[in-house]
Amino acid sequence: MAITGASDARTVPPAPPVATMPVSLEINGRRHDLRLDPRTTLLDTLRDHLHLTGTKKGCDHGQCGACTVIVNGQRINSCLSLALQHDGDKVTTIEGLGQPDHLHPMQAAFVKHDGFQCGYCTPGQICSAVAVLAEIKAGIPSHVSPDLAAPMHPTNAELRERMSGNICRCGAYSNIVEAIADVAGAVA
Amino acid sequence: MRAFTYERATSAAGAAAAVAHHAGAKFLGGGTNLLDLMKLEIETPTHLVDIQDLKLDQIEATHDGGLRIGAFVSNTTLSANPRVRRDYAVLTRAIQAGASGQLRNKATTAGNLLQRTRCPYFYDTNQPCNKRTPGSGCAAIGGYSRQLAVIGTSDTCIATYPGDMAVALRALDATVETVDATGATRVIPIADFHRLPGATPEIDTVLNHGELITAVTLPKPVGGAHIYRKVRDRASYAFALVSVAAVVQPDGSGRVAFGGVAPKPWRSAAADAAIPHGAAAVVEQAFAGARPTHDNSFKLTLAKRTLAAAMAQVRTA
Repeated sequence: MAITGASDARTVPPAPPVATMPVSLEINGRRHDLRLDPRTTLLDTLRDHLHLTGTKKGCDHGQCGACTVIVNGQRINSCLSLALQHDGDKVTTIEGLGQPDHLHPMQAAFVKHDGFQCGYCTPGQICSAVAVLAEIKAGIPSHVSPDLAAPMHPTNAELRERMSGNICRCGAYSNIVEAIADVAGAVA
Repeated sequence: MRAFTYERATSAAGAAAAVAHHAGAKFLGGGTNLLDLMKLEIETPTHLVDIQDLKLDQIEATHDGGLRIGAFVSNTTLSANPRVRRDYAVLTRAIQAGASGQLRNKATTAGNLLQRTRCPYFYDTNQPCNKRTPGSGCAAIGGYSRQLAVIGTSDTCIATYPGDMAVALRALDATVETVDATGATRVIPIADFHRLPGATPEIDTVLNHGELITAVTLPKPVGGAHIYRKVRDRASYAFALVSVAAVVQPDGSGRVAFGGVAPKPWRSAAADAAIPHGAAAVVEQAFAGARPTHDNSFKLTLAKRTLAAAMAQVRTA
């Protein structure tokens, strides 16, 4: 018997079209005016509508960190955010941090320290790492900070704790932390 | 994800009215928990009212020496606030013990209070769950219950309240400020904010439909040593098996709330009164009437040891 699919009267009718809504995003310094189904996440906007596929979809539930981007200077999981929540926001993705001919220092450090194997989590790791150093510089405490009143330092324990929202299934963690520490030393 | 419509509210009472007048509507804060649940169709709102433009992102001193935290203040901003770090360190410690850096940047104060349980049967839509689908039954009772509650449960639900921030707020006697569609406000003590499941586990809090949290207020600082100690299966980025928020004074008196053990942050006056007598006495009071399962009875021992470790931390601080 042939597969009946959409012609089968018993199948669920297609959902009615959803009214799109306007949103304006500034991504890597360039403004994009879009109309989107309200369900569209920032991640799917980047990948499917703007073809910025450097940002990766891992778990799509905020557990793995592969989708990490920097919005208005802060790292977030782009999979757990609607594009409509970001009207007027400034988004930086891995493409905006650097390109092969002019790498961001964090990208160069990941290459130098072999901070990846398959590379799928790497854009999220790098966006997260850039934001982590900014958070330390801004004095934001972490779970392992010994003294809430003292300045924060990019120690090994701090970097490991602050990067815990980025999972690397290849297990490149020790080299990732070395790469971040290298950049932290260079800017300190 | 089911289709929904979206609007940005321009006033708190307007936001409350927009939700109140729409049966399937929900408020949208950071969205880190709500969008996750919408993708799984555990939450299926038909309309979202985004509160980001309501200017609920300020932390300000109150006239009686406390602190008023706007509902939209992010977890990161709250935990890093200089006054919170100095006067309410247990709150900074609790927030930093939860989630990841990315999530704390996005998650809000009100949204953190309203996050839903991480009971694996609540998340698995193939399983019965009275919290997700009222009347369908509870697969956790008799199921894999290692992470679930040991006290405050009912015959319909043994889920835990998952958060860390609210455990510290419970120890600090915070209050939750709300507004409704008529503009009427009310102040809810954190002790009364989360419900026990009873026969209606689908209702997590005492909020009415369309009642918007505008702020969380901390009373004036109480001093003392502030400790948040969390035990979990990983060193970072995991929910608590047991957590302890403790504020202990130089004279040995204090207050203690437990997380990961009940449907709400767990604290009792009798347990507070037992603090000078040590961790075992506190836990005996706090967990009187506990109904652990075979899989999670270890939490009673773990609570005692975690509190003992927290009290040792106070002595060496």
